[in-house]
Amino acid sequence: MSLTRAERTIVVSMWSKISTQADVIGTETLERLFSCYPQAKTYFPHFDLHSGSAQLRAHGSKVVAAVGDAVKSIDNVTSALSKLSELHAYVLRVDPVNFKFLSHCLLVTLASHFPADFTADAHAAWDKFLSIVSGVLTEKYR
Amino acid sequence: SLSASESFPMSQLFVKVDEVGAEALGRLLVVYPWTQRFFEHFGDLSSADAVLGNAKVKAHGKKVLDSFSNGVQHLDDLKGTFAELSELHCDKLHVDPENFRLLGNVLVIVLARHFGKEFTPELQAEFQKVVAGVASALAHRYH
Repeated sequence: MSLTRAERTIVVSMWSKISTQADVIGTETLERLFSCYPQAKTYFPHFDLHSGSAQLRAHGSKVVAAVGDAVKSIDNVTSALSKLSELHAYVLRVDPVNFKFLSHCLLVTLASHFPADFTADAHAAWDKFLSIVSGVLTEKYR
Repeated sequence: SLSASESFPMSQLFVKVDEVGAEALGRLLVVYPWTQRFFEHFGDLSSADAVLGNAKVKAHGKKVLDSFSNGVQHLDDLKGTFAELSELHCDKLHVDPENFRLLGNVLVIVLARHFGKEFTPELQAEFQKVVAGVASALAHRYH
């Protein structure tokens, strides 16, 4: 599965809007993840996950920055996220199902913040793109 | 049409959301094009615009959401409420229950788009439980 040229254009152009609110988007995505899928909290026993927590904000920024790295190298996500892929495979070992939950929460956040831009085509492009990112992050699991 | 400034208990939400069903079904067909397998008789589904403008998609989306919103008036007995529909989807329509989960998540995204900030993480969490419950109820009678 790879993005068409049209899908790549959509993702890149939406990213330019997202990146101006990256921290807000990242934090909210994680808040949604932990509210809707509390089992995801099991990977963060060492964090204060309450709304407004500095750790949540910092981690949200990290996650969105990584998505941004993938967008900037949209023609070669595998290479852009290679280190992160190893980290997830050998150290973090987050069960792959959680990438679906996180991707969904990011889409919800985008829909909420960018209702006009998040057309059906944009929804399709971002769903596919995040699916590709998730695949790259889990491809070294075994 | 929708009013983002009102607060809304779960059971009343869908009273206001006429076009949400059409949008949710339309987006399902666009984002997950393999779901079009159930709707080959609907005519032109060749682009996002075609899907979202398709009269049959709109009508069916409304039907689905009306059923969904009737069902969620009975959150204490979803399995009973959706028993007949479950049998229909298994025996006559032959729909893989995974599609109920996909549609539920698309519905959540559509609600987020319409309600913006009001669709808080806490509200989303409630909705995720409802759509999961409905999907499970619709799958319950499969055999």
